[in-house]
Amino acid sequence: MASLALDAGRPSLVRSAADAAKRREARIAILLSAPALLLLFLFIILPTIAVIFLGFTDFELGYASFNFVGFENYADLLNDRTFKKSLWNTTVYAAIVAPTSMALGLGIALLIESEGWGKSLFRTAYFLPVASLLVAMATVWQYLFHPTIGPINAALGLIGIDGPNWLGASSTVMTSLSIIGIWQATGFNMVLFLAGLSAIPRELYQAAEVDGARSALSRFRLVTWPMLGPTTLFVTTISIINSVKVFETVKTLTEGGPNKASEVLLFTIYEEGFVFLRVGYASAMTVIFLAILVSLMFLQYRVMDRKVHYA
Amino acid sequence: MMMTDRFTPGRALRLALLTLGAIVFLAPYIFMISTAGKAQSEIFSSSLNLIPQTWSYAENFAKAFGRVSMGGLLLNGVIVCGLILVVQVLVAIPCAYAMAKLSFGAARLMMALVMLGLLVPIHATALPLYVAFDRLSVLNSYFALVAPFSISVFAIFLFLQFFRGIPDDLIHAARLDGMSEAGIVARVVVPNAWPAITAFAIFSVVAHWNDLFWPLIVVTNQAYATPPLGLLYFRAAEAGDDYGALMAATLIITLPLVLAFLLAQKRFVEGITMTGLKG
Repeated sequence: MASLALDAGRPSLVRSAADAAKRREARIAILLSAPALLLLFLFIILPTIAVIFLGFTDFELGYASFNFVGFENYADLLNDRTFKKSLWNTTVYAAIVAPTSMALGLGIALLIESEGWGKSLFRTAYFLPVASLLVAMATVWQYLFHPTIGPINAALGLIGIDGPNWLGASSTVMTSLSIIGIWQATGFNMVLFLAGLSAIPRELYQAAEVDGARSALSRFRLVTWPMLGPTTLFVTTISIINSVKVFETVKTLTEGGPNKASEVLLFTIYEEGFVFLRVGYASAMTVIFLAILVSLMFLQYRVMDRKVHYA
Repeated sequence: MMMTDRFTPGRALRLALLTLGAIVFLAPYIFMISTAGKAQSEIFSSSLNLIPQTWSYAENFAKAFGRVSMGGLLLNGVIVCGLILVVQVLVAIPCAYAMAKLSFGAARLMMALVMLGLLVPIHATALPLYVAFDRLSVLNSYFALVAPFSISVFAIFLFLQFFRGIPDDLIHAARLDGMSEAGIVARVVVPNAWPAITAFAIFSVVAHWNDLFWPLIVVTNQAYATPPLGLLYFRAAEAGDDYGALMAATLIITLPLVLAFLLAQKRFVEGITMTGLKG
């Protein structure tokens, strides 16, 4: 303040001094963010533009030249049976894994939250799959699912059920992969719900009880569910996006088989682009994959916006 | 609440459900440990016996260590995850500080770029990066494994939110003390941001330790294989159904991260919760 009063007589000098300080601050800011900006451009922006560009070409790795083919790749995708199968399988997988792992995650979180005993023990047990190497645990599941020597079918045999060829039959392979997906994602959803639950003020439950919400169910309906809204929205989006990105289990266990019955989006892109090296065509698939992710995120923002207005 | 003190039928049901669920979720680990100690003949005859009749851990682990260099795999995993984490944090922190606490013209544009970057996973940029790395002949190297992840827009996003909470007075005071902006980042911002940095570290290591997609694309030489990729090689080398050796190998590969988790559970869960909710 003192310097301001002193400088009052020399406004132009003050302004230029302030300007200089501002310019200095801006210069430092640019300097500090330059490495990030450069890498962001090099490894995210440029490749994203490149993949959209490549989607309009017939580029194949190993060939020197390529041609522009306009929307030909996209037209081909419409008639590509493998790609359509892959889109469908990914949708089925997401439709099973996301809601089931969310419901289980929420259910377990509610049980753990209301139970005083063994809180951290249970949390650890359910969370362990999140901290485990998925490729390794997929291998364990392969053994569990083994049609003849696997424990699951052995246990089913004890009660007289002839277990299916889980990962080996086209009718059950997506279900089997979904079970692994649910097993892996539930703990993650659970800890997010636990965080959401612990943020709900206790007084709300007491108030609800005073207002006549006697049963646990009505307290859940009146307090827990509405207060969990933002968490649920987050978990929904993350769950769907993670399901759309399913790759590890498919690559490890089925390679898209049998008979393309477990062909999923990322695996199809991987095979087309990195095994068959048809980069142009795989890029068009990638653009579709990216479009799906972006629309899911966009949808989340829209729903969040509306929620904020209501509140 | 009161009900936790008494043993009611509702509580018994709750505990039963939780215990049953926990057993189901832990079953793969139980069978992994059990099968890793069984001889081939026993695996084929009685899969529901959890205690091996003939103790074959030594044989199976010897096979696991013999076929693929497990030590090498784990070392590669540590090197790759470590390099990624260090570079990510070193690049993201100054940038997040500038965006949170300094005013400059490009800040809005950068915020837009960061938000845009959050939408783009490695799977979307993999094809052009692969073509570029192939042209530059840098496939099969630590560089190829690490470079695309040197920038984490998620780290910038997470740190940015955290840095905004650091009081401006603290930074002004440091400036009056004659500290440079770099000094402020190193000695004021970073010490105040450990919770965010730990959370991000856990998120980053879990993600990259588990990642199969990118290593599978850029590495064909076993010398650079990360744990997931190495396990794929091991599976390929392991013709037929030698599940004993396979389970021993999965046990070795899974153990480091699981142990880390068990030792630092609270931080793990906090870290995943923090990064999960922000992501």
